[in-house]
Amino acid sequence: MRLFATLATLVVLLFVAALLIGPAGIAPGTALRALIWGGDGPLTLVMREIRLPRALLAVMIGGSLGMAGAAMQGYLRNPLADPGLIGVSSSAALGAVLAIQTGLAATFAFGLPIAALSGALIGVTLVLVLAGPRGGALTLILAGIAISALAGALTALVLNLSPNPFAANEIVFWMMGSLSDRSMTHVWIALPLIAVGSLLLMRLPRALDALTLGEDAAAAMGINLIRLRLTVIFGTAAVVGAGVAVAGAIGFVGLVVPHLLRRYVGARPGQLLWASALGGAAMLLTADLAVRLILPARDLKLGVVTALVGAPLFLHLIYRTRREGL
Amino acid sequence: MTLLSLQDFGAALRGRTILRDVTLRVGPGELVGIIGPNGAGKTTLMRAALGLIPSSGSSSLAALDARARGRSVAWMPQAREIAWPVTVETLVALGRTPHLAGGARMSDADQHAVDTALAQMDLTEMRGRTATHLSGGEQARVLIGRALAQETPLLMADEPTAGLDPAHQIATMQIFAELAEAGKSVIVSLHDLGLAARHCTRLIVIGDGALRADGLSEEVLTPALLRDVFGITAHLQRSDQGLIFQPLAVLS
Repeated sequence: MRLFATLATLVVLLFVAALLIGPAGIAPGTALRALIWGGDGPLTLVMREIRLPRALLAVMIGGSLGMAGAAMQGYLRNPLADPGLIGVSSSAALGAVLAIQTGLAATFAFGLPIAALSGALIGVTLVLVLAGPRGGALTLILAGIAISALAGALTALVLNLSPNPFAANEIVFWMMGSLSDRSMTHVWIALPLIAVGSLLLMRLPRALDALTLGEDAAAAMGINLIRLRLTVIFGTAAVVGAGVAVAGAIGFVGLVVPHLLRRYVGARPGQLLWASALGGAAMLLTADLAVRLILPARDLKLGVVTALVGAPLFLHLIYRTRREGL
Repeated sequence: MTLLSLQDFGAALRGRTILRDVTLRVGPGELVGIIGPNGAGKTTLMRAALGLIPSSGSSSLAALDARARGRSVAWMPQAREIAWPVTVETLVALGRTPHLAGGARMSDADQHAVDTALAQMDLTEMRGRTATHLSGGEQARVLIGRALAQETPLLMADEPTAGLDPAHQIATMQIFAELAEAGKSVIVSLHDLGLAARHCTRLIVIGDGALRADGLSEEVLTPALLRDVFGITAHLQRSDQGLIFQPLAVLS
């Protein structure tokens, strides 16, 4: 319980910091007053339309990515699993890239998120058709790799054939993932899917715990494996699809956070789900703060920071895991 | 009271019939050994009877809904899988899964069942240790503890003695025998006919996908059956320690 209190406090503090720190340099008291009570003038606009959606998206996306990562690792019983494994992030990215390339994103405000969500839906459908509702972890991993590779190749093809260097440039930057210049509209686009996906994943703790003993033993203890598989796939697809649609591809959160927190929950996959949700929110809030503080003028991309922080952390964890023989 | 009843039971995997026409009944207080050569269908019989794979005919366990089945039978697959470095107590407590309503925490009764199972398997001292760091024999004990914590009238185990040293093999069979004496029933598949002959109150022989014999060890392990099903000769002797069985030679 102490871990949860600590993580929850951390998320709240980081959330407030995300609201108070920014290039506009508003005093904390004034900023919070403008946020809560509103009023005329640019201050309220900055707080409500720029900082609030950004902080909310960091919590929503970070939290759901952390939870999806824990669910995926628990389901596959593999600490190296990642929510992107089932091919949803790459297919959502492909949808977004097509929207940028065709100009859909420029002509219609929600063109990009909708195209990304369509891509995610097609991706998850293909994975389900390939892997089937029954069957083991291996078929799901293979189907995910195949769909990721295909979507990646098609994305490269779009870039390759792009006649417009500005579009290509935009695509590359978009794929790095970012939370800057997002509005409350983006929050409303992502919220329903992230809520549904998170609700699905929240139902999993008992089944994931039971799966510690293997699929056969879990099934004999009353766990419905088909329902578990579909819940993991749809829950992950919903939160990852929504996240990519509004923020681009943000990697490493779903991989590193569960790995980092596993030891603090006694390695129980069910508990890890909650811990990783809080941890993911904290990690993305921190990364987004870093983006704003380190190179405020250069528009450092969020996905770049999470990868830069995540990869060495992950290497360290692998080293520690090897040393402990876990 | 019948704990398991199979009627004209059969199973097919990938379109191939693995098992056919099995009819048997297991009551309380029995330690039933399922024996047969490799590929005879021992594991398939148990998994199909549990309803984990499709089957034909009727099985009293497969007919139950998933949760009711989880309270009627505990199943120990042959692979001793422990996926995460959880503590011994956490692992044993997983046996309470079928008893907990959705989202409910463990009650005092649940905790009591876990404590009893830990004590029964002599694990109380190591309840806080990480299960994946234990030796193979200790892990086997922890997994039996998990099955005991499930508090079911019937326990089914696939090759529970595989990979264990003689002391652990005998200890495992003795635990099962104690459970049977206490009125529960245990069904185990075994490759070691010596262990089966010595400890089981009843043997079921599976060969070529059919039930070949069902009865007391002495009645079942006849030279003719050993020749036809296993292709071996053996020495069988009755002693005050129980039945002693030693395979001797392979028949060509």
